[in-house]
Amino acid sequence: MVDVPLGPTGVIAAPDVEDVELYHPHSWLTKYVFSQDAKVIAIQYSFVALSVGLIALVLSWLMRLQLGFPGVFSFIDANAYYQFITMHGMMMVVYVLTALFLGGFGNYLIPLMVGARDMVFPYVNMLSFWIYLLAVLILVASFFVPGGPTGAGWTLYPPQAILSGTPGGQDWGIILMLVSLMTFIIGFTMGGLNYVVTVLQARARGMTLMRMPLTVWGIFTASFMALLAFPALFVGAVMMLFDRVLGTSFFMPVMVEMGQPLDRNGGSPLLFQHLFWFFGHPEVYIVALPAFGIVSDLISTHARRNIFGYRMMVWALLAIGALSFIVWAHHMYVSGMNPYFGFFFATTTLIIAVPTAIKVYNWILTLWRGDIHLTVPMLFALAFIVTFVNGGLTGLFLGNVVVDVPLSDTMFVVAHFHMVMGVAPILVIFGAIYHWYPKVTGRMLNDPLGKLHFWVTFLGAYAIFFPMHYLGLMGIPRRYHDIADMAFVPPSAHALNAFITIVALIVGATQLVFVFNLFWSLRHGKPAGGNPWRATTLEWQTPETPPPHGNWGKDLPVVYRWAYDYSVPGADQDFLAQSQPGPTRAGSGSIHG
Amino acid sequence: MGSILFFLSILAIIGTWWLSRQGLASKPWLEPSAAGTLQDLEPEPVAPAKVGLGVLLAVIGSFFALFISAYAMRMQLPDWRTMPIPSILWLNTAMLVASSLALHGAKVAVRRGETGELKFTLIAAGVSALAFLSGQLVAWQQLAQEGYRLTINPANDFFYILTGAHGLHVLGGLVALVRTSEKAWHPTSTDRLRLSVELCATYWHFLLFVWLVLLSIWTGWAGDFIDICRQLLT
Amino acid sequence: MAVALILVLVAVGSVVFHLVSPWWWTPIASNWRYIDNTIIITFWITGAVFVAVIFFMAYCVYRFRHQAGRRAHYEPENKRLEWWLTIVTGVGVAAMLAPGLFVWRQFITVPEDATDIEIFGQQWQWSFRLPGPDGQLAASDARLISPDNPLGLNREDPKSQDDIVIEGGELHLPVNKPVKALLRSPDVLHDFYVPEFRAKMDLVPGQISYIWFTPIRTGTFEILCAELCGVGHPQMRGKVIVQEESEYQAWLQDKASKSFARLLPAPKTGASMPD
Ligand code: HEM
Ligand SMILES: [Cu+2]
Ligand SMILES: [Cu+2]
Repeated sequence: MVDVPLGPTGVIAAPDVEDVELYHPHSWLTKYVFSQDAKVIAIQYSFVALSVGLIALVLSWLMRLQLGFPGVFSFIDANAYYQFITMHGMMMVVYVLTALFLGGFGNYLIPLMVGARDMVFPYVNMLSFWIYLLAVLILVASFFVPGGPTGAGWTLYPPQAILSGTPGGQDWGIILMLVSLMTFIIGFTMGGLNYVVTVLQARARGMTLMRMPLTVWGIFTASFMALLAFPALFVGAVMMLFDRVLGTSFFMPVMVEMGQPLDRNGGSPLLFQHLFWFFGHPEVYIVALPAFGIVSDLISTHARRNIFGYRMMVWALLAIGALSFIVWAHHMYVSGMNPYFGFFFATTTLIIAVPTAIKVYNWILTLWRGDIHLTVPMLFALAFIVTFVNGGLTGLFLGNVVVDVPLSDTMFVVAHFHMVMGVAPILVIFGAIYHWYPKVTGRMLNDPLGKLHFWVTFLGAYAIFFPMHYLGLMGIPRRYHDIADMAFVPPSAHALNAFITIVALIVGATQLVFVFNLFWSLRHGKPAGGNPWRATTLEWQTPETPPPHGNWGKDLPVVYRWAYDYSVPGADQDFLAQSQPGPTRAGSGSIHG
Repeated sequence: MGSILFFLSILAIIGTWWLSRQGLASKPWLEPSAAGTLQDLEPEPVAPAKVGLGVLLAVIGSFFALFISAYAMRMQLPDWRTMPIPSILWLNTAMLVASSLALHGAKVAVRRGETGELKFTLIAAGVSALAFLSGQLVAWQQLAQEGYRLTINPANDFFYILTGAHGLHVLGGLVALVRTSEKAWHPTSTDRLRLSVELCATYWHFLLFVWLVLLSIWTGWAGDFIDICRQLLT
Repeated sequence: MAVALILVLVAVGSVVFHLVSPWWWTPIASNWRYIDNTIIITFWITGAVFVAVIFFMAYCVYRFRHQAGRRAHYEPENKRLEWWLTIVTGVGVAAMLAPGLFVWRQFITVPEDATDIEIFGQQWQWSFRLPGPDGQLAASDARLISPDNPLGLNREDPKSQDDIVIEGGELHLPVNKPVKALLRSPDVLHDFYVPEFRAKMDLVPGQISYIWFTPIRTGTFEILCAELCGVGHPQMRGKVIVQEESEYQAWLQDKASKSFARLLPAPKTGASMPD
């Protein structure tokens, strides 16, 4: 625990904690491959996650090609389309975003930002990555087994998911998917323990909870939620695996499939939905909260202004985290569950909107009277606000039971969740990469390329998903690979679909610019120095950049102030690093309490 | 979903209590340098491994709570046929209790530095845990012979899955116990030995607790409780 | 400057798109106009918030952009402002939630005079069952499904005598008469969705779910399946034909005389299934 004795003068005593026993790599293999250094693990996680992201992106092109130009690509039939959406959705949500935010950013930033030398259980941390990689391999393997990957939709609803009418249902696809998810969860739990306990136990002296940057708060809360929510998916997966492999009837009622009675008894498909969404809804916030945290820090740093309403931001984060466990059935308004649940879940869902809105207000109020540097990370942060507000507001439609009735399971939902948990967090990821790349590599990413990447990605993604809402409003269901023969769909809708596809291809191709930039700048980027953004948080104060094993050299940092002392009146620089001792701010009398 | 919500509420209460002592209402910008405001609260730093175990137990707890939730929901459907519990479960329970007690003894012994007693209690704990696991296998066998096989009825399925999952957790604990014993036989650092023993003991008590909860469900003692949980949601 | 302008354009463009978009909901054909109204209220509130937030952002980006000598204002928080914003948001949210819950109450409360019908979805077609003259549907069980009893009616139930089964065909409904549709599936999840009716609900194997609605204009509407049910999901279509009462009755007579023959009690098969 933080336990900083005050010296007689009221100044924090020099650190006298014993050095944590660090693991020391002895060979190239243990240094870069089987490394126990959180920073190396972070890069491994990010690399794998981004690669999976590219696969998922290619799958989205294929789906879009089919939707925009139906019939032109004859290999994308219903079967393939369902396999693509399933793999695309599951990969993006679990294997890309969760892994990247927690395994990637969590590993890199937590120890550095709280002033630790490493994660508290480095060995377990290493295992976490390798198990994650195994999970990815199992998932990808399902492309190569007979019958191909499962096409059950990322929600994997039984009975359909394990019956022969669904691709992979009676083949290997669904089995590999379930096993991969279980593997992922085990691996994640190992990592998650690290992220949580490191924040709890390894903070530098002086780093009280309320001095932590919001990035750490976001990742910490999300990790905690993930630890508690993933077991729901695990339990659902175990039970479904039993149903599929051993023939139990947890989720399988008495059924007649294509005229043939199946040997099943009295199970409940809704039971799975409850388990799935008990995980699935918190999962949305597991992706969102780290993004919230990171974007707060990006905005504050690049607007040279303290994050407005820090305390509210922390409370809102915690409130959202807690509330998100009691809203899950808003995904099930039209599932045939007890309709009276609708009242409860609509109310809780709309209540969550309040702390979420507070966060948005505080981001934009941070801009107010700031000194806004429109750097690439800042641009991404601004774009995040636009897309997140847009997606959050359409969430109010879908959360409000009766409004959800016509919209649920239409393209409106697809547009909504892409905006809020697809585009918005991805924009933060990009912003964060532009922001922290200099720390990781010692070099800046190329700026013009970054701006090109930004504008195409932001405006393109908006042009893809904003009009899509209206297709859903019209009544086009999701998970339809062909809408050609629907009476109520006017020809103009097909033109819109073609437009969306073309933009999606352009946006997708632009990501190659980003990938190029990542590799090119490794050698040719402008040298960054230790603190190119003149930021306050600890990771920018390391003695060396990139930070070596152990992060801090001989002495651990000591923290003297909160993470947001930007433009403090009376200080000569426009930022005061957290580790900078020194005079209390002048003129604190003018500060609102 | 009553049991999991109940479980999470308990966690939430603990979390709130803990957070309330972390100065969450303080204004961090007003107190540069004066980080010591929390100093009196935590007189002794807790080992990260202990906190880690606590978090892990929360995860395992939510895993079982979710299973129990699923059990409670599935139980309401008409094809459910309650299963008799084989009487050997009582013996197994006694074994698990013994194992837990032995580890408690080990904890006391390691604090007092009584090596002989420590070794004895560790062995006793290991042996009785193994006895528990074998007993569970016997229970499976008996049930299978009496016709309560997998897939015949969801009650059976749940019994096998839950005992299996619990057994796997005991097995995992045994691995840790073996490693702890290694330390007891080849002591390097007493602090570490003590920590290992304490962690094992906590884990064991937790698994015993989970087992008692499961048992109370199968015997129906928890039925009333589950009814309450269910009513919370309907 | 450019950034602020583009932000403004994004907001204005979104509003303009909303106003001129040719893609809008289908003309309503059921009593659920309330749902449409709630959506409109929600559009107004959320649209205003969206524009306000982005305009504010654009203004800040323009007004407080970095210039030589600028220094940000130091103000950690402003309790009053934050509480006000919270309260205003709470009120806005309540303004959307209240009508929503109010309409939901109607959505799940079936009027007394609604006629029971059954909508039966299977991979991958729609079938229907109408109660016939007695106005009541017979009990059914998935275990009873067989080629000559496709919906699994319990033929020992006297009410089954006059039930009219329409397999893979069109659903006819009289206009302005509330119906309560009981939804049933023998295999996987499906979802009964008619865009013009706004209402939709899943069909869940092993249980019976329901929705109710009143068709308010005649015409032919497409039934879609809105819950992934396997590869045939997008092909799982049907038709609802809403007719004037007199036409409907004529159709019903015709149908009843045809399907009556099929539904004579089957020869006894020994063991009777549990219900
Ligand atoms: C430019 C990037 C992207 C494009 C063009 C795209 C496109 C699509 C398309 C066409 C579908 C199928 C819609 C349907 O027929 O129902 C889909 C589904 C989905 N996407 Fe994306 N997507 C993109 C990025 C993302 C991201 C970043 C996420 C991360 C959250 C994501 C998550 C999902 C999910 C969860 C589904 C649902 C799968 C299902 O229905 O089972 N997508 N996407
Ligand atoms: Cu949700
Ligand atoms: Cu379908």
